[in-house]
Amino acid sequence: MQWETVIGLEIHTQLNTVSKIFSGAATAYGAEPNRQACAVDLGLPGVLPVLNAAVVEKAVMLGLAIDARIAPRSVFARKNYFYPDLPKGYQISQYELPIVEQGYLDIDLEDGSRKRIGVTRAHLEEDAGKSLHEGFTAMTGIDLNRAGTPLVEIVSEPDMRSAKEAVAYMKKLHALVRYLGISDGNMQEGSFRCDANVSVRPRGRTEFGTRAEIKNLNSFRFVERAINFEVERQIDLIESGGTVVQETRLYDPDRDETRSMRSKEEANDYRYFPDPDLLPVVIHAEDIEAARRRLPELPDAKRERFISAYGLSAYDAGSLTASRELADYFEAVAAGCNAPKLAANWVMGDFSAALNRSEAGLAQSPVSAEALAQLLSRIQDETISGKIAKEVFDAMWSGEGEADAIIEARGLKQITDTAAIDAIIDEVIAANPSQLEQYRSGKDKLFGFFVGQVMKKTRGQANPAQVNERLRARLQGD
Amino acid sequence: MVTLRSPALYVDIGTMSLNSDEVRRIAQLARLAVDDREAEGFAAGLSDIFDFVEALDAAEIGGVEPMAHPLDAEQRLRPDAVTEPDQRELFQAIAPAIDGGLYLVPRVIE
Repeated sequence: MQWETVIGLEIHTQLNTVSKIFSGAATAYGAEPNRQACAVDLGLPGVLPVLNAAVVEKAVMLGLAIDARIAPRSVFARKNYFYPDLPKGYQISQYELPIVEQGYLDIDLEDGSRKRIGVTRAHLEEDAGKSLHEGFTAMTGIDLNRAGTPLVEIVSEPDMRSAKEAVAYMKKLHALVRYLGISDGNMQEGSFRCDANVSVRPRGRTEFGTRAEIKNLNSFRFVERAINFEVERQIDLIESGGTVVQETRLYDPDRDETRSMRSKEEANDYRYFPDPDLLPVVIHAEDIEAARRRLPELPDAKRERFISAYGLSAYDAGSLTASRELADYFEAVAAGCNAPKLAANWVMGDFSAALNRSEAGLAQSPVSAEALAQLLSRIQDETISGKIAKEVFDAMWSGEGEADAIIEARGLKQITDTAAIDAIIDEVIAANPSQLEQYRSGKDKLFGFFVGQVMKKTRGQANPAQVNERLRARLQGD
Repeated sequence: MVTLRSPALYVDIGTMSLNSDEVRRIAQLARLAVDDREAEGFAAGLSDIFDFVEALDAAEIGGVEPMAHPLDAEQRLRPDAVTEPDQRELFQAIAPAIDGGLYLVPRVIE
């Protein structure tokens, strides 16, 4: 039987405020345990939550960026469950009236087409604390620094049909929140994590199969692998006569499999009700307009501009706009050397490769956009060849200084003096009489050999176009 | 069973009364210790409360907007600023067990 996969994603993004959603405690990552957990976060009696204005503004920006409806009135609700890292016994979330509804994201598929993925809703909520199970005897340690950290949960429609589409959607949303500057998107630190709802159905059927929810996927690779595993598991199960049960599963990256979590049948009734401690959140038209003015150029618009303004291919423009930092870096290089295509090739090529090798972020790059622009200018004005430029770039990356200084210190300036090039060509010809004879008797392929010898003698510094031209003339006996 | 229906903001209690199994389930969710004899009593008592609330069904609410809060006011917002100092030692002075800055609770099995 032919099976079709149906995937919907719930993505939790931590909003990058300095204080918590309902308290004035700090949100900085990596503090000592419980140094950033105040009376509100601890759920002590008598405290009241007060909503952080920046949280609302960031949610509105997200809503605008996905072309969603911003609710003029939204309501916080209590989601009740018992767990020690949730001291109040309920999480403040939004249920029936979320702040953002009905948006979409367009994703690019491998075949070059676009697909629209619906976003059902995005709602605000507080994060829980952390439980530490190791290192204690019969006890669990609770760190409530994370309790009350603002999250926006973005829920997609079940519009994705493969793990690849799910990853494309997740990457697009990840890039978007970073463009908007509403989240650092740091997946290692848990600022951007994903639950995947996965089901299968016979191709052609319209109703959905029973879904399993895979929890807490914190990397693009895990999302893809977990979904692929889960799809296989469900198909195998159905084909061998079983039925999929609706349950929560956990992905184990070490074993590359999903397994059933403790049945939550009993615990799954969260008994949501409006939180009486919080009034309805009213968003006025002028608040929305203020948020709209704060929107930066968004990835799709930037991509279109890169294509039209710089003459880049759709693929190159897509790669360069994958992150705002990379796009900004590229634009600074392009402006500095006045050669956008050369800048694009270098930023996506040698620069990105060096960055990947060093495992550093763009912000830690040892080669600034200005420095790279200077290097590319030297290719443009023919001070050095593209090949020598790679050597200079490596030296710049290891901290040897600016391009001009390295070219000077290493004597890498391109040889463009015709007389000097002629003299080297003559030396090469004189040293290789048999190759010369073969070339002249019709073995044209040996031309490459002579070019290679000349470049070797000049340590790659001779202007390649000039070498070609002069060598051809010399070999023909002119 | 008590259900919450979207999108209206109310608990739909219908015309049902609670039986003692439902009381035990609700007690379990709320981590309340209720024995069988008490469950019977609560079933009757809570059903009486539902009957009382049910009188509201007679009210005409066709043109009334669902209300999330009795006050006719909107949520005030605070600026995004850190205003709470670290008071860990103060808070942990009343905690039954702490270790290395962590609150300790009986082991929770994932």
